[in-house]
Amino acid sequence: MSMFESRRLLRVLRRTVVQAVPTVLGIVVLNFLLLQLAPGDAADVMAGESGAATEEGMAMLRRQFGIDLPLLQQLMAYLGNLARLSLGFSPRYGMPVGELISQRLPSTLMLMGLALVIALAVGIALGTAMAMTAGRWPDRVISVISLIFYSVPGFWIGLMLIVLFSVKLGWLPSGGQETIGGGLAGFDMVADRLKHMILPATSLALFYVAIYSRLTRAAVLEVASQDYVRTASAKGLSPLSVTVRHILRNALLPVTTLAGIHLGGILGGAVVVETVYSWPGLGRLAFESVMRRDFNVLLGVLLLSSLLVILANTLIDLLQAWLDPRIEVR
Amino acid sequence: MTTAAPLLDVAGLTIQFPTGTPVIDFGFAVAEGETVAVVGESGSGKSLTALAIMRLLPRSAKIAAGRIRFAGRDLLALPEPEMRRVRGREIAMIFQEPMTSLNPVLTVGRQIAEVLRLHEGLSAEAARTRSIELLDLVRVADPHRRVDDYPHRLSGGMRQRVMIAMAVACRPHLLIADEPTTALDVTIQAQVLDLLDRLRRDLGMALVLITHDLGIVGQWADRVVVMYAGRRAEEAEAGILLDDPLHPYTRGLLAASPRLDTSLHYTAGPLREIPGSIASAIAQPGCPFVPRCPLALPSCRLKPPPLEEVRPGRFVACPVTTAGERADAVAVGR
Repeated sequence: MSMFESRRLLRVLRRTVVQAVPTVLGIVVLNFLLLQLAPGDAADVMAGESGAATEEGMAMLRRQFGIDLPLLQQLMAYLGNLARLSLGFSPRYGMPVGELISQRLPSTLMLMGLALVIALAVGIALGTAMAMTAGRWPDRVISVISLIFYSVPGFWIGLMLIVLFSVKLGWLPSGGQETIGGGLAGFDMVADRLKHMILPATSLALFYVAIYSRLTRAAVLEVASQDYVRTASAKGLSPLSVTVRHILRNALLPVTTLAGIHLGGILGGAVVVETVYSWPGLGRLAFESVMRRDFNVLLGVLLLSSLLVILANTLIDLLQAWLDPRIEVR
Repeated sequence: MTTAAPLLDVAGLTIQFPTGTPVIDFGFAVAEGETVAVVGESGSGKSLTALAIMRLLPRSAKIAAGRIRFAGRDLLALPEPEMRRVRGREIAMIFQEPMTSLNPVLTVGRQIAEVLRLHEGLSAEAARTRSIELLDLVRVADPHRRVDDYPHRLSGGMRQRVMIAMAVACRPHLLIADEPTTALDVTIQAQVLDLLDRLRRDLGMALVLITHDLGIVGQWADRVVVMYAGRRAEEAEAGILLDDPLHPYTRGLLAASPRLDTSLHYTAGPLREIPGSIASAIAQPGCPFVPRCPLALPSCRLKPPPLEEVRPGRFVACPVTTAGERADAVAVGR
């Protein structure tokens, strides 16, 4: 990479970081205020679960959790914690939120990462195949399949995949993250983890496979009619080289933009998929903390996911600056 | 014309689309080292002919008849992998729009190196060195720096030079330049044409110059083929054609060109034009030029006039203007 190019990439990076700080602060404050709108609090839920509670007992719980203070004071306390890089304490789990999240984060990241890789790889491959056979039968068949992926909800696909691959065929496990009590190590452990990830990651990915294949098809068709593609053919390159080196690299730009935006959506989809596959991830943690009104945990999850989205978009910005030299700092 | 077999020989070429037949029974020949200009207005089928020679026609187009021989081989019969070895190595092509003909996301160096690595099997490093030499050859200033530039940082003239460097990288025998200067400033036009002409001499290439600009024909072409509505209207040596055009269409074209050497100036009188448009040629049973022709006879409307060799190397498809020259005519119609 030339000096010029790395300088360009550095500029993109700096711009993103400068923009990220106010964005994150806004997200924290907004989430904090929005969550206050939900009826009930942790004390109510705990009282409900125990079946009976006295006014004094609940007031004591609230004082203990710090949710009896005025709203502004609570917000200030939360921001003060954040400034010390602490996400607060979860009364329900009885441990710091940071610790709780860091236990769950790797599973979710692996799941999302694999889902995104599947979505991009399969989507781009299918889209390219569709574009190269545009109007003929492979294009039509893949179109219909991708429409099905697009329109069927993820949890249903998840259940059907379990029925087919776990119940009928018995090839893949139906849930969990690893074989319990398997005592596996090394390569066997990795293979076992991967086996557990395939079904949830696929259910999460199929919707995005549909989107990326449609998008890639359109982008490839558009780029294929460009003059420089004719130039490439006139050089004597094979259709495969022309497609990979000259068409795809240009066609990938819109796909990567969308992939960055979708990362937040994949995290949202993870809530459903993690529930279906009893996957011990962030999505299920978020879901459980909503039900328990454990707002410290929920705020932590939301903050982390917004950081993830910002990080992903930075990576996408860098990727695009590398893919397309015409993108300079705006 | 030489006695040896021509380098490129296109004969009876007919290109069909589902919606029409834009090139009909077209042909011309190019000898080694020669510059042949194919002249015609937009829509006359010049670019399609060029793409047919490269076998890069759009998928909806079909070569319905004809023969394209290049260096003793029938290009239309070559299997596709062999045709790919001809493209870029033996026949190269440059296009009208330098702004869009280069891939925006690859450095110019990589785009030149690509053709060298493909056809000459050079290593990445050798191809890069050679790319710098080629940029120098086409007179790009500071080639060491330019080789790492992306196309959007170059001007139109520079990009066309890069296209030329890419085209001549493997020392092709034939270079097809499809309107190479149309998108460029007039001052740059002359530089680019001079460059093409110098490379043709230095590398011993033949050059097919496709253009709608008769102004550049006299200075840079040996022979001229005038194309109208997909057919050959007239062919002659450049000087002869410009001094003594025979086909009414060629005459009209020349009359419509502003010339510095005449007293014609927009203050002295209007520039002449050919009435009508090329669209009127569609579905003409006779000569396609009839609707716009000032000399048309009733017989011109019945069937297309045959192309006749009125003098050696001089072909005209008009029975009216060649009537006086037909004493020693040799019919070459098929």
